[in-house]
Amino acid sequence: MRENRAPGTWQTVVTVLRKDLLLELRGLETVPAMVLLALTTLVVFHFGLGRDTIDGQLAAGVLTVTLLFAAMLGINRLFVAEREQGGFDAFLLAPVDRSTLLVAKALALFAFLVVLEVIAVPAFGLLLLGPPLGRVLPGLVAMLVLGDVALAVIGTLVSAIAVHTRARDLIGPIIGLPLLLPALIGMARGVGPLLVAHGSSWPPGKWVLILALYDVVFALLSYAVFDFLLED
Amino acid sequence: MSVYGRGLRGLAIATVLTITAAFALVFFYAPLDADQGFVQKIFYVHVPMAITALCGFVFGGVLGAMYLRTGERKWDIRSYVAIHMALIFGVGTLITGGIWAKASWGHWWIWSDPTLTSFLIVMLLFATYQPLRFSIEDPERQSRYASVFAVVAGAFVPLNFIAVRAAQAYVHPRVLTLAGGNLPGPMRLTFVIALAGMGLLYVTLWKYEMAAKATRMQVRALRRALLGEDSVAPLKRSAAPS
Repeated sequence: MRENRAPGTWQTVVTVLRKDLLLELRGLETVPAMVLLALTTLVVFHFGLGRDTIDGQLAAGVLTVTLLFAAMLGINRLFVAEREQGGFDAFLLAPVDRSTLLVAKALALFAFLVVLEVIAVPAFGLLLLGPPLGRVLPGLVAMLVLGDVALAVIGTLVSAIAVHTRARDLIGPIIGLPLLLPALIGMARGVGPLLVAHGSSWPPGKWVLILALYDVVFALLSYAVFDFLLED
Repeated sequence: MSVYGRGLRGLAIATVLTITAAFALVFFYAPLDADQGFVQKIFYVHVPMAITALCGFVFGGVLGAMYLRTGERKWDIRSYVAIHMALIFGVGTLITGGIWAKASWGHWWIWSDPTLTSFLIVMLLFATYQPLRFSIEDPERQSRYASVFAVVAGAFVPLNFIAVRAAQAYVHPRVLTLAGGNLPGPMRLTFVIALAGMGLLYVTLWKYEMAAKATRMQVRALRRALLGEDSVAPLKRSAAPS
Protein backbone atom coordinates (compact mmCIF):
# COMPACT_ATOMS: atom_id res chain seq x y z
CA MET A 1 0.00 0.00 0.00
CA ARG A 2 2.97 2.22 -0.48
CA GLU A 3 1.19 4.27 -3.14
CA ASN A 4 -1.41 5.60 -0.70
CA ARG A 5 1.01 6.93 1.87
CA ALA A 6 1.08 10.73 2.18
CA PRO A 7 4.41 12.17 1.05
CA GLY A 8 6.89 13.19 3.75
CA THR A 9 7.74 16.77 4.59
CA TRP A 10 11.02 16.93 2.70
CA GLN A 11 9.60 15.11 -0.25
CA THR A 12 6.89 17.79 -0.52
CA VAL A 13 9.38 20.62 -0.10
CA VAL A 14 11.63 19.20 -2.80
CA THR A 15 8.70 18.65 -5.16
CA VAL A 16 7.36 22.19 -4.82
CA LEU A 17 10.85 23.69 -4.98
CA ARG A 18 11.65 21.67 -8.09
CA LYS A 19 8.43 22.88 -9.70
CA ASP A 20 9.29 26.51 -8.97
CA LEU A 21 12.86 26.27 -10.19
CA LEU A 22 11.80 24.37 -13.31
CA LEU A 23 9.13 26.97 -14.02
CA GLU A 24 11.68 29.75 -13.68
CA LEU A 25 14.23 27.89 -15.77
CA ARG A 26 11.77 27.38 -18.61
CA GLY A 27 9.93 30.68 -18.41
CA LEU A 28 12.82 32.95 -17.30
CA GLU A 29 10.30 35.41 -15.92
CA THR A 30 11.50 36.62 -12.55
CA VAL A 31 15.27 36.33 -12.19
CA PRO A 32 16.26 38.13 -15.43
CA ALA A 33 13.92 40.98 -14.46
CA MET A 34 15.49 41.14 -11.00
CA VAL A 35 19.01 41.26 -12.49
CA LEU A 36 18.06 43.93 -15.00
CA LEU A 37 16.42 46.06 -12.32
CA ALA A 38 19.51 45.75 -10.11
CA LEU A 39 21.84 46.81 -12.94
CA THR A 40 19.62 49.74 -13.86
CA THR A 41 19.48 50.80 -10.21
CA LEU A 42 23.28 50.89 -10.13
CA VAL A 43 23.25 53.22 -13.15
CA VAL A 44 20.67 55.40 -11.42
CA PHE A 45 22.90 55.57 -8.35
CA HIS A 46 25.88 56.56 -10.49
CA PHE A 47 23.99 59.56 -11.84
CA GLY A 48 22.03 60.28 -8.67
CA LEU A 49 25.13 60.43 -6.52
CA GLY A 50 27.26 62.02 -9.23
CA ARG A 51 30.17 59.73 -8.34
CA ASP A 52 32.24 57.34 -10.43
CA THR A 53 33.40 55.25 -7.51
CA ILE A 54 32.04 54.87 -4.00
CA ASP A 55 33.27 53.07 -0.90
CA GLY A 56 32.56 52.43 2.77
CA GLN A 57 29.13 52.87 4.27
CA LEU A 58 27.80 54.68 1.20
CA ALA A 59 28.70 51.72 -0.99
CA ALA A 60 27.10 49.33 1.49
CA GLY A 61 23.91 51.39 1.43
CA VAL A 62 23.83 51.45 -2.37
CA LEU A 63 24.35 47.68 -2.53
CA THR A 64 21.65 47.02 0.08
CA VAL A 65 19.08 49.24 -1.63
CA THR A 66 19.85 47.78 -5.05
CA LEU A 67 19.41 44.22 -3.78
CA LEU A 68 16.25 45.23 -1.90
CA PHE A 69 14.65 46.70 -5.04
CA ALA A 70 15.40 43.57 -7.01
CA ALA A 71 14.22 41.33 -4.18
CA MET A 72 10.92 43.23 -4.04
CA LEU A 73 10.22 42.22 -7.65
CA GLY A 74 10.78 38.59 -6.78
CA ILE A 75 8.67 38.85 -3.63
CA ASN A 76 5.76 40.37 -5.56
CA ARG A 77 5.78 37.60 -8.13
CA LEU A 78 6.35 34.70 -5.75
CA PHE A 79 2.76 33.46 -5.46
CA VAL A 80 1.33 34.88 -8.70
CA ALA A 81 1.31 31.55 -10.53
CA GLU A 82 -0.34 29.85 -7.54
CA ARG A 83 -3.13 32.38 -7.48
CA GLU A 84 -3.72 32.65 -11.22
CA GLN A 85 -3.54 28.97 -12.06
CA GLY A 86 -5.18 27.44 -9.02
CA GLY A 87 -1.97 26.21 -7.43
CA PHE A 88 -3.29 27.13 -3.96
CA ASP A 89 -6.36 24.91 -4.35
CA ALA A 90 -4.28 22.07 -5.68
CA PHE A 91 -1.88 22.39 -2.77
CA LEU A 92 -4.73 22.47 -0.24
CA LEU A 93 -6.26 19.36 -1.79
CA ALA A 94 -3.00 17.44 -1.50
CA PRO A 95 -2.56 15.48 1.75
CA VAL A 96 0.61 17.35 2.75
CA ASP A 97 1.76 19.56 5.59
CA ARG A 98 0.93 23.16 4.71
CA SER A 99 4.06 24.70 6.19
CA THR A 100 6.06 22.91 3.52
CA LEU A 101 4.85 25.53 1.06
CA LEU A 102 6.56 28.22 3.15
CA VAL A 103 9.81 26.28 3.24
CA ALA A 104 9.74 25.51 -0.48
CA LYS A 105 8.84 29.06 -1.50
CA ALA A 106 11.44 30.58 0.81
CA LEU A 107 14.08 28.25 -0.63
CA ALA A 108 13.03 29.20 -4.17
CA LEU A 109 13.24 32.91 -3.34
CA PHE A 110 16.61 32.31 -1.68
CA ALA A 111 17.85 30.60 -4.85
CA PHE A 112 16.63 33.54 -6.97
CA LEU A 113 18.45 35.97 -4.69
CA VAL A 114 21.67 33.99 -4.88
CA VAL A 115 21.56 33.98 -8.69
CA LEU A 116 20.81 37.70 -8.62
CA GLU A 117 23.79 38.39 -6.38
CA VAL A 118 26.16 36.20 -8.38
CA ILE A 119 25.59 38.65 -11.23
CA ALA A 120 24.78 41.92 -9.45
CA VAL A 121 27.60 41.96 -6.88
CA PRO A 122 30.44 41.59 -9.42
CA ALA A 123 28.66 44.18 -11.56
CA PHE A 124 28.55 46.48 -8.54
CA GLY A 125 32.29 45.89 -7.98
CA LEU A 126 32.98 46.64 -11.62
CA LEU A 127 30.75 49.66 -12.11
CA LEU A 128 30.74 51.59 -8.85
CA LEU A 129 32.87 50.17 -6.06
CA GLY A 130 36.29 51.75 -5.48
CA PRO A 131 38.17 49.17 -3.36
CA PRO A 132 38.65 45.66 -4.82
CA LEU A 133 36.18 42.95 -3.80
CA GLY A 134 38.45 39.89 -3.84
CA ARG A 135 39.95 40.27 -0.38
CA VAL A 136 36.66 40.72 1.48
CA LEU A 137 34.66 38.18 -0.52
CA PRO A 138 34.22 35.55 2.26
CA GLY A 139 32.93 38.14 4.72
CA LEU A 140 30.69 39.73 2.12
CA VAL A 141 29.24 36.37 1.09
CA ALA A 142 28.51 35.49 4.73
CA MET A 143 26.69 38.78 5.26
CA LEU A 144 24.73 38.48 2.00
CA VAL A 145 23.68 34.91 2.80
CA LEU A 146 22.36 36.00 6.20
CA GLY A 147 20.57 38.94 4.56
CA ASP A 148 19.12 36.65 1.88
CA VAL A 149 17.65 34.35 4.51
CA ALA A 150 15.81 37.32 6.05
CA LEU A 151 14.65 38.53 2.62
CA ALA A 152 13.50 35.04 1.65
CA VAL A 153 11.64 34.24 4.88
CA ILE A 154 9.97 37.62 5.41
CA GLY A 155 9.40 38.00 1.69
CA THR A 156 7.57 34.68 1.50
CA LEU A 157 5.43 35.51 4.54
CA VAL A 158 4.50 38.96 3.27
CA SER A 159 3.87 37.69 -0.24
CA ALA A 160 1.52 35.04 1.14
CA ILE A 161 -0.37 37.72 3.07
CA ALA A 162 -0.50 40.14 0.15
CA VAL A 163 -1.50 37.73 -2.60
CA HIS A 164 -5.06 37.37 -1.30
CA THR A 165 -5.68 41.08 -0.83
CA ARG A 166 -7.25 43.43 -3.30
CA ALA A 167 -4.32 45.84 -3.57
CA ARG A 168 -1.68 43.11 -3.51
CA ASP A 169 1.00 45.09 -5.32
CA LEU A 170 0.75 47.81 -2.69
CA ILE A 171 0.21 45.75 0.44
CA GLY A 172 3.29 43.56 -0.12
CA PRO A 173 5.91 46.32 -0.20
CA ILE A 174 4.36 48.52 2.49
CA ILE A 175 4.23 45.66 5.00
CA GLY A 176 7.46 44.08 3.82
CA LEU A 177 9.71 47.11 4.05
CA PRO A 178 9.23 47.94 7.76
CA LEU A 179 9.48 44.24 8.65
CA LEU A 180 12.74 43.98 6.70
CA LEU A 181 14.22 47.19 8.08
CA PRO A 182 16.15 45.68 11.02
CA ALA A 183 17.66 43.06 8.68
CA LEU A 184 18.57 45.75 6.16
CA ILE A 185 20.17 47.86 8.90
CA GLY A 186 22.22 44.82 9.89
CA MET A 187 23.20 44.06 6.32
CA ALA A 188 24.21 47.62 5.47
CA ARG A 189 26.12 48.20 8.72
CA GLY A 190 27.81 44.81 8.54
CA VAL A 191 28.91 45.23 4.93
CA GLY A 192 30.02 48.86 5.40
CA PRO A 193 33.41 48.19 7.05
CA LEU A 194 34.22 45.60 4.37
CA LEU A 195 34.01 48.09 1.52
CA VAL A 196 36.63 50.47 2.90
CA ALA A 197 40.03 50.35 1.19
CA HIS A 198 42.40 48.40 3.49
CA GLY A 199 39.59 47.94 5.98
CA SER A 200 38.72 44.82 7.92
CA SER A 201 38.04 41.68 5.93
CA TRP A 202 35.32 40.31 8.20
CA PRO A 203 32.05 42.02 9.21
CA PRO A 204 31.65 43.16 12.83
CA GLY A 205 30.49 40.23 14.99
CA LYS A 206 27.65 42.29 16.44
CA TRP A 207 25.91 42.56 13.07
CA VAL A 208 26.47 38.94 12.12
CA LEU A 209 24.86 37.99 15.42
CA ILE A 210 21.89 40.37 15.13
CA LEU A 211 21.20 39.33 11.56
CA ALA A 212 21.42 35.64 12.46
CA LEU A 213 19.11 36.17 15.42
CA TYR A 214 16.62 38.02 13.25
CA ASP A 215 16.71 35.20 10.68
CA VAL A 216 16.08 32.52 13.29
CA VAL A 217 13.26 34.39 15.05
CA PHE A 218 11.43 35.22 11.84
CA ALA A 219 11.90 31.73 10.43
CA LEU A 220 10.25 30.27 13.54
CA LEU A 221 7.54 32.93 13.61
CA SER A 222 6.68 32.50 9.94
CA TYR A 223 6.59 28.74 10.37
CA ALA A 224 4.17 29.15 13.28
CA VAL A 225 1.68 31.44 11.52
CA PHE A 226 1.94 30.28 7.90
CA ASP A 227 -0.78 27.62 8.20
CA PHE A 228 -3.39 30.29 8.89
CA LEU A 229 -2.68 32.03 5.60
CA LEU A 230 -3.67 28.98 3.58
CA GLU A 231 -6.81 27.77 5.34
CA ASP A 232 -9.97 28.00 3.31
CA MET B 1 -25.35 46.53 28.86
CA SER B 2 -22.58 44.45 27.36
CA VAL B 3 -19.72 42.93 29.32
CA TYR B 4 -17.44 45.71 28.12
CA GLY B 5 -19.70 48.39 29.56
CA ARG B 6 -19.58 46.87 33.02
CA GLY B 7 -17.31 48.84 35.37
CA LEU B 8 -16.64 51.42 32.68
CA ARG B 9 -17.87 54.31 34.83
CA GLY B 10 -15.67 53.41 37.79
CA LEU B 11 -12.69 52.95 35.50
CA ALA B 12 -13.30 56.31 33.81
CA ILE B 13 -13.46 58.06 37.20
CA ALA B 14 -10.24 56.35 38.32
CA THR B 15 -8.57 57.45 35.07
CA VAL B 16 -9.60 61.07 35.48
CA LEU B 17 -8.44 61.09 39.11
CA THR B 18 -5.07 59.49 38.32
CA ILE B 19 -4.36 61.79 35.40
CA THR B 20 -5.38 64.86 37.39
CA ALA B 21 -3.11 63.73 40.24
CA ALA B 22 -0.28 63.11 37.78
CA PHE B 23 -0.60 66.59 36.29
CA ALA B 24 -0.78 68.16 39.75
CA LEU B 25 2.43 66.35 40.68
CA VAL B 26 4.08 67.32 37.39
CA PHE B 27 3.45 71.02 37.91
CA PHE B 28 3.62 71.43 41.68
CA TYR B 29 5.71 68.59 43.08
CA ALA B 30 8.32 67.31 40.62
CA PRO B 31 11.45 69.51 40.66
CA LEU B 32 12.55 71.44 37.59
CA ASP B 33 15.20 69.64 35.59
CA ALA B 34 18.63 71.22 36.11
CA ASP B 35 19.54 70.95 32.43
CA GLN B 36 16.38 71.39 30.48
CA GLY B 37 14.18 73.35 32.86
CA PHE B 38 10.45 73.44 32.25
CA VAL B 39 10.61 71.68 28.87
CA GLN B 40 11.54 68.43 30.56
CA LYS B 41 8.00 68.20 31.98
CA ILE B 42 6.76 66.89 28.63
CA PHE B 43 8.64 63.74 29.61
CA TYR B 44 5.75 62.85 31.93
CA VAL B 45 3.38 62.74 28.95
CA HIS B 46 5.68 61.55 26.19
CA VAL B 47 7.31 58.54 27.82
CA PRO B 48 4.17 57.03 29.42
CA MET B 49 2.38 57.47 26.12
CA ALA B 50 5.17 55.71 24.23
CA ILE B 51 5.28 52.83 26.72
CA THR B 52 1.49 52.47 26.59
CA ALA B 53 1.46 52.49 22.79
CA LEU B 54 4.16 49.80 22.57
CA CYS B 55 2.42 47.66 25.19
CA GLY B 56 -0.81 48.16 23.23
CA PHE B 57 0.82 46.83 20.04
CA VAL B 58 2.12 43.76 21.87
CA PHE B 59 -1.27 43.34 23.58
CA GLY B 60 -2.92 43.41 20.14
CA GLY B 61 -0.52 40.66 19.04
CA VAL B 62 -1.43 38.49 22.04
CA LEU B 63 -5.15 38.96 21.31
CA GLY B 64 -4.48 38.13 17.65
CA ALA B 65 -2.80 34.90 18.75
CA MET B 66 -5.91 34.13 20.79
CA TYR B 67 -8.00 34.55 17.64
CA LEU B 68 -5.79 32.17 15.72
CA ARG B 69 -6.05 29.61 18.54
CA THR B 70 -9.80 29.81 19.05
CA GLY B 71 -11.21 31.21 15.80
CA GLU B 72 -13.74 33.25 17.79
CA ARG B 73 -14.47 36.59 16.22
CA LYS B 74 -14.49 38.49 19.49
CA TRP B 75 -10.72 38.03 19.82
CA ASP B 76 -10.13 39.65 16.46
CA ILE B 77 -12.31 42.60 17.41
CA ARG B 78 -10.39 42.95 20.68
CA SER B 79 -7.10 42.79 18.81
CA TYR B 80 -8.30 45.40 16.32
CA VAL B 81 -9.38 47.81 19.06
CA ALA B 82 -6.09 47.30 20.94
CA ILE B 83 -4.03 48.16 17.85
CA HIS B 84 -6.36 50.99 16.85
CA MET B 85 -5.97 52.65 20.27
CA ALA B 86 -2.22 52.03 20.34
CA LEU B 87 -1.92 53.74 16.95
CA ILE B 88 -3.62 56.84 18.35
CA PHE B 89 -1.28 56.83 21.34
CA GLY B 90 1.63 56.30 18.93
CA VAL B 91 0.77 59.39 16.90
CA GLY B 92 0.63 61.34 20.16
CA THR B 93 4.05 59.98 21.07
CA LEU B 94 5.60 61.07 17.77
CA ILE B 95 4.14 64.57 18.15
CA THR B 96 5.19 65.07 21.78
CA GLY B 97 8.57 63.53 20.96
CA GLY B 98 9.08 66.02 18.16
CA ILE B 99 8.18 68.92 20.44
CA TRP B 100 10.58 67.70 23.11
CA ALA B 101 13.39 67.15 20.60
CA LYS B 102 12.89 70.62 19.11
CA ALA B 103 12.93 72.24 22.55
CA SER B 104 15.89 70.39 24.01
CA TRP B 105 18.07 69.51 21.00
CA GLY B 106 16.96 72.20 18.55
CA HIS B 107 15.73 69.79 15.85
CA TRP B 108 12.34 68.24 15.21
CA TRP B 109 13.96 64.97 14.35
CA ILE B 110 17.19 63.34 15.51
CA TRP B 111 18.33 60.24 13.61
CA SER B 112 21.05 59.40 16.06
CA ASP B 113 18.46 58.61 18.68
CA PRO B 114 17.61 54.89 18.59
CA THR B 115 14.39 55.09 20.59
CA LEU B 116 12.89 57.72 18.32
CA THR B 117 13.98 55.89 15.17
CA SER B 118 12.74 52.48 16.27
CA PHE B 119 9.44 53.99 17.32
CA LEU B 120 9.06 55.47 13.85
CA ILE B 121 9.73 52.08 12.24
CA VAL B 122 7.15 50.42 14.49
CA MET B 123 4.63 53.11 13.56
CA LEU B 124 5.38 52.66 9.86
CA LEU B 125 4.70 48.96 10.20
CA PHE B 126 1.47 49.33 12.17
CA ALA B 127 0.26 52.07 9.85
CA THR B 128 -0.22 49.28 7.29
CA TYR B 129 -2.61 47.38 9.58
CA GLN B 130 -5.73 49.26 8.51
CA PRO B 131 -4.91 49.26 4.76
CA LEU B 132 -4.32 45.51 5.00
CA ARG B 133 -7.70 44.95 6.64
CA PHE B 134 -9.44 47.25 4.18
CA SER B 135 -7.92 45.38 1.28
CA ILE B 136 -9.50 42.03 2.23
CA GLU B 137 -13.22 41.76 1.62
CA ASP B 138 -14.18 38.43 3.13
CA PRO B 139 -14.66 39.15 6.87
CA GLU B 140 -13.39 35.76 8.02
CA ARG B 141 -10.24 36.03 5.94
CA GLN B 142 -9.78 39.64 7.03
CA SER B 143 -9.82 38.56 10.68
CA ARG B 144 -7.40 35.70 10.05
CA TYR B 145 -4.89 37.74 8.06
CA ALA B 146 -5.09 40.70 10.41
CA SER B 147 -4.40 38.37 13.34
CA VAL B 148 -1.37 36.89 11.57
CA PHE B 149 -0.17 40.43 10.98
CA ALA B 150 -0.80 41.36 14.64
CA VAL B 151 1.21 38.37 15.89
CA VAL B 152 4.16 38.98 13.57
CA ALA B 153 4.17 42.74 14.15
CA GLY B 154 3.80 42.30 17.91
CA ALA B 155 6.90 40.11 17.97
CA PHE B 156 8.65 42.61 15.71
CA VAL B 157 8.37 45.42 18.30
CA PRO B 158 11.10 44.22 20.72
CA LEU B 159 13.33 42.84 17.93
CA ASN B 160 13.29 46.13 16.11
CA PHE B 161 14.33 47.98 19.25
CA ILE B 162 17.33 45.67 19.70
CA ALA B 163 18.48 46.16 16.11
CA VAL B 164 18.11 49.92 16.00
CA ARG B 165 19.66 50.41 19.43
CA ALA B 166 22.71 48.45 18.31
CA ALA B 167 23.06 50.71 15.28
CA GLN B 168 23.42 53.98 17.14
CA ALA B 169 25.10 55.64 20.03
CA TYR B 170 22.98 56.65 22.99
CA VAL B 171 21.65 60.17 22.75
CA HIS B 172 18.22 59.72 24.23
CA PRO B 173 18.02 60.58 27.90
CA ARG B 174 18.35 57.10 29.35
CA VAL B 175 16.24 57.67 32.42
CA LEU B 176 14.69 54.24 32.50
CA THR B 177 17.32 51.56 32.68
CA LEU B 178 16.59 48.08 33.92
CA ALA B 179 18.96 48.69 36.81
CA GLY B 180 16.44 51.07 38.35
CA GLY B 181 17.29 54.25 36.55
CA ASN B 182 18.86 57.46 37.69
CA LEU B 183 15.64 59.35 38.26
CA PRO B 184 15.51 61.21 41.59
CA GLY B 185 12.73 60.18 44.02
CA PRO B 186 10.08 62.88 43.42
CA MET B 187 10.52 62.62 39.66
CA ARG B 188 10.20 58.86 39.79
CA LEU B 189 7.00 59.00 41.84
CA THR B 190 5.50 61.53 39.43
CA PHE B 191 6.52 59.40 36.48
CA VAL B 192 5.02 56.22 37.93
CA ILE B 193 1.70 57.97 38.56
CA ALA B 194 1.72 59.49 35.08
CA LEU B 195 2.41 56.05 33.63
CA ALA B 196 -0.45 54.55 35.64
CA GLY B 197 -2.76 57.33 34.42
CA MET B 198 -1.82 56.76 30.79
CA GLY B 199 -2.27 53.00 31.17
CA LEU B 200 -5.69 53.51 32.74
CA LEU B 201 -6.64 55.88 29.92
CA TYR B 202 -5.71 53.21 27.38
CA VAL B 203 -7.75 50.53 29.17
CA THR B 204 -10.74 52.86 29.52
CA LEU B 205 -10.69 53.81 25.85
CA TRP B 206 -10.25 50.18 24.87
CA LYS B 207 -13.26 49.13 26.94
CA TYR B 208 -15.23 52.10 25.65
CA GLU B 209 -14.67 51.25 22.00
CA MET B 210 -15.39 47.57 22.69
CA ALA B 211 -18.64 48.52 24.44
CA ALA B 212 -19.63 50.71 21.49
CA LYS B 213 -18.92 47.92 19.02
CA ALA B 214 -20.76 45.32 21.10
CA THR B 215 -23.78 47.60 21.45
CA ARG B 216 -23.88 48.34 17.74
CA MET B 217 -23.78 44.64 16.95
CA GLN B 218 -26.53 43.96 19.47
CA VAL B 219 -28.74 46.66 17.95
CA ARG B 220 -28.24 45.19 14.50
CA ALA B 221 -29.11 41.72 15.75
CA LEU B 222 -32.25 43.00 17.49
CA ARG B 223 -33.35 44.96 14.44
CA ARG B 224 -32.85 41.96 12.26
CA ALA B 225 -34.87 39.79 14.65
CA LEU B 226 -37.72 42.28 15.03
CA LEU B 227 -38.01 43.93 11.62
CA GLY B 228 -36.60 41.26 9.32
CA GLU B 229 -33.46 40.94 7.19
CA ASP B 230 -34.23 43.94 4.98
CA SER B 231 -34.36 46.45 7.81
CA VAL B 232 -30.60 46.34 8.29
CA ALA B 233 -28.41 47.90 5.65
CA PRO B 234 -25.64 45.52 4.58
CA LEU B 235 -22.23 46.24 6.10
CA LYS B 236 -20.02 48.36 3.92
CA ARG B 237 -16.47 47.30 3.16
CA SER B 238 -14.48 48.42 6.14
CA ALA B 239 -11.17 48.02 7.88
CA ALA B 240 -12.92 47.82 11.23
CA PRO B 241 -14.58 44.55 12.19
CA SER B 242 -18.11 44.97 13.44
